[in-house]
Amino acid sequence: MKHVLGAVCGASCLLLAVPAMAETTLTIATVNNGDMIRMQGLTGEFTKKNPDITVKWVTLEENVLRQRVTTDIATKGGQFDVLTIGTYEVPIWAKKGWLVPLANLGADYDVADLLPKIKDAVSADGKLYAAPFYGESSMVMYRTDLFEKAGLKMPEKPTWDFVIDAAKKLTDKSGGTYGICLRGKAGWGENMAFLSAMANSYGARWFDEKWAPQFNTPEWKTTLTTYVNLMKEAGPPGASSNGFNENLALFNAGKCAMWIDATVAASFVTNPKDSKVADKVGFALAPNTGLGKNANWLWAWNLAIPAGSKKTEAAEKFIAWATSKDYTKLVASKEGWANVPPGTRTSLYQNPDYLKVAPFAKLTLASIDAADPNKPTVKPVPYVGVQYAAIPEFQGIGTQVGQQFSAALAGSMTVDAALTAAQSATEREMKRAGYIK
Amino acid sequence: MARMATTRRVAISTAAAWLFGFLIFFPILWMGLASFKTELEAFAIPPSFLFFHWTTENYATVQERSDYLHHAMNSIIIAGGSTLIALLIAIPAAWSMAFSPTKRTKDILLWMLSTKMMPPVGVLVPIYLIYKTFGLLDSRIGLVLILCLGNLPIVIWMLFTYFKEIPRDILEAARMDGATIGRELVYVLTPMAIPGLASTLLLNLILAWNEAFWTLNLSTSSAAPLTTFIASYSSPEGLFWAKLSAASTLAIAPILVLGWFSQKQLVRGLTFGAVK
Repeated sequence: MKHVLGAVCGASCLLLAVPAMAETTLTIATVNNGDMIRMQGLTGEFTKKNPDITVKWVTLEENVLRQRVTTDIATKGGQFDVLTIGTYEVPIWAKKGWLVPLANLGADYDVADLLPKIKDAVSADGKLYAAPFYGESSMVMYRTDLFEKAGLKMPEKPTWDFVIDAAKKLTDKSGGTYGICLRGKAGWGENMAFLSAMANSYGARWFDEKWAPQFNTPEWKTTLTTYVNLMKEAGPPGASSNGFNENLALFNAGKCAMWIDATVAASFVTNPKDSKVADKVGFALAPNTGLGKNANWLWAWNLAIPAGSKKTEAAEKFIAWATSKDYTKLVASKEGWANVPPGTRTSLYQNPDYLKVAPFAKLTLASIDAADPNKPTVKPVPYVGVQYAAIPEFQGIGTQVGQQFSAALAGSMTVDAALTAAQSATEREMKRAGYIK
Repeated sequence: MARMATTRRVAISTAAAWLFGFLIFFPILWMGLASFKTELEAFAIPPSFLFFHWTTENYATVQERSDYLHHAMNSIIIAGGSTLIALLIAIPAAWSMAFSPTKRTKDILLWMLSTKMMPPVGVLVPIYLIYKTFGLLDSRIGLVLILCLGNLPIVIWMLFTYFKEIPRDILEAARMDGATIGRELVYVLTPMAIPGLASTLLLNLILAWNEAFWTLNLSTSSAAPLTTFIASYSSPEGLFWAKLSAASTLAIAPILVLGWFSQKQLVRGLTFGAVK
């Protein structure tokens, strides 16, 4: 009996001792993209260095996470200590006072090493409100074997005329090869990300300086007509339901001669484990029309601290660790240089080990440099953001407009009707929100 | 001749039943198969049905990445707890409405159902604030409460219709034979109500098990059930179909097994009774 009592006492002492050692528990919300999953897997390395901190993860799909995190931050629920948010949220949330500025990332963090465009995207009033975890732009991925066979040569900075012409020439519908695969699925982060960037290259913009919607301009008409016609002639069937994943599957299966999408896809399509065409992929900048803007976007997933967190010190320690140069080295040592999170630091693009294994590195960097969230369009605009306008109303408006454009692609609506519907929907929402009278 | 026609008819209807059964089961089967494929094979076109390289790698990855047992335990507690509490409240409510209805019974029933007519997202923010105030965010009790309240109207409606079908004549006959209220309850009413109770219980359990709005929005990690476990594998950027399938298969496995076993009891219960 004594033994049993002793054992029980011992066990309870042990149980009591564990929480005493781990004083702070961080709850981290993140999206379930490959790079974040890898970070989750390496948590042990962080807690080994910081034995007084334990980490709990909430990993969710992007859209679910956005809703989940927004509810919590808007009600000051205080459920999370570190959030993973996009470049779209950072300026809006910073303005509302929902984020803690990151001032203590440590002496060796080297803020100056962050890519300037990405750093701008996560700063407001000169203060850093989030630390970029990985950044991306968009570019053209193309099949070098098909181009060679057709006697075509992809320029490093292709024009839309060249891309359209090549797409038509490379289409072999009976053989199941399509000249170009583009996003068509409705959503502000799906087809509208691509179409807004494409429209920028054609000189269009979402709003003029006084926030008046611009879908009734000839630039938007040219953009949408070109897109719909191109996809009709050289795109895969059912393109209006294709998003990133569907196009990735098509490209990996060898069905697309070209695909314009996120730079992060480059590591997927060149990975022989996932792709049938891994050794036949070339890269080029997103197309332009000679107006000075390419059809590429800019996005980064960033780590930030919500204003409701009571553990800011530990949270900042974690953020500094996960976005540091040392973290990059840690991933490289465990999983190889090809798997490090790209697009945030200048030093990565000067690292010969990385450049050797990432044939897409040069183009990724060039694409990020070519996008400017502060001056996204040919004509001046009142908003920040390349493929979005960083205002809270944009998610709703972008998705509504995306549905009209997806319908135009599916053929259930004409281009003109889609543009008229987009214009009136956007006008209505902007009036309701008080931007225009 | 007549016998041949009957045999043929039986054969055709059996084949049709199997075909429909297969069609309905196909998505689950496909998910199960995909969970044993590699990521490359999972999205291969044309898809391979059975002749692919079978692997359990996805299950290993899923197990390594997330704590399945923790989520499964939460699911069991949340779904089981909310169902039991809902039944405890709903049985007396449905009973009194079925056996001693008043003028307002129908209105009350409709009012109860009307609470299901609003999309839950409409009350997300108020509920979130209430839960925050009472410290119920990310707690099992909080999820048990919200799922119980959410499913209560359906439980009451189902039980009400089952109880209403119990003929009063049988009760009267029992009384004529001199049964006391206690005996009446135990020997007459309970056996007749059991099939109704069992199917309500099972349906409510499945609804609570699969509920993915409140469980995702009101939990973070401690109380997170299997719905959040699945949600962590669906991704718009990157192909993780095989892993998602493995996670989904694991998530539905307990409830599928439960349904499989209780199916016989349910069917027997439904066809077992004094009048039916």
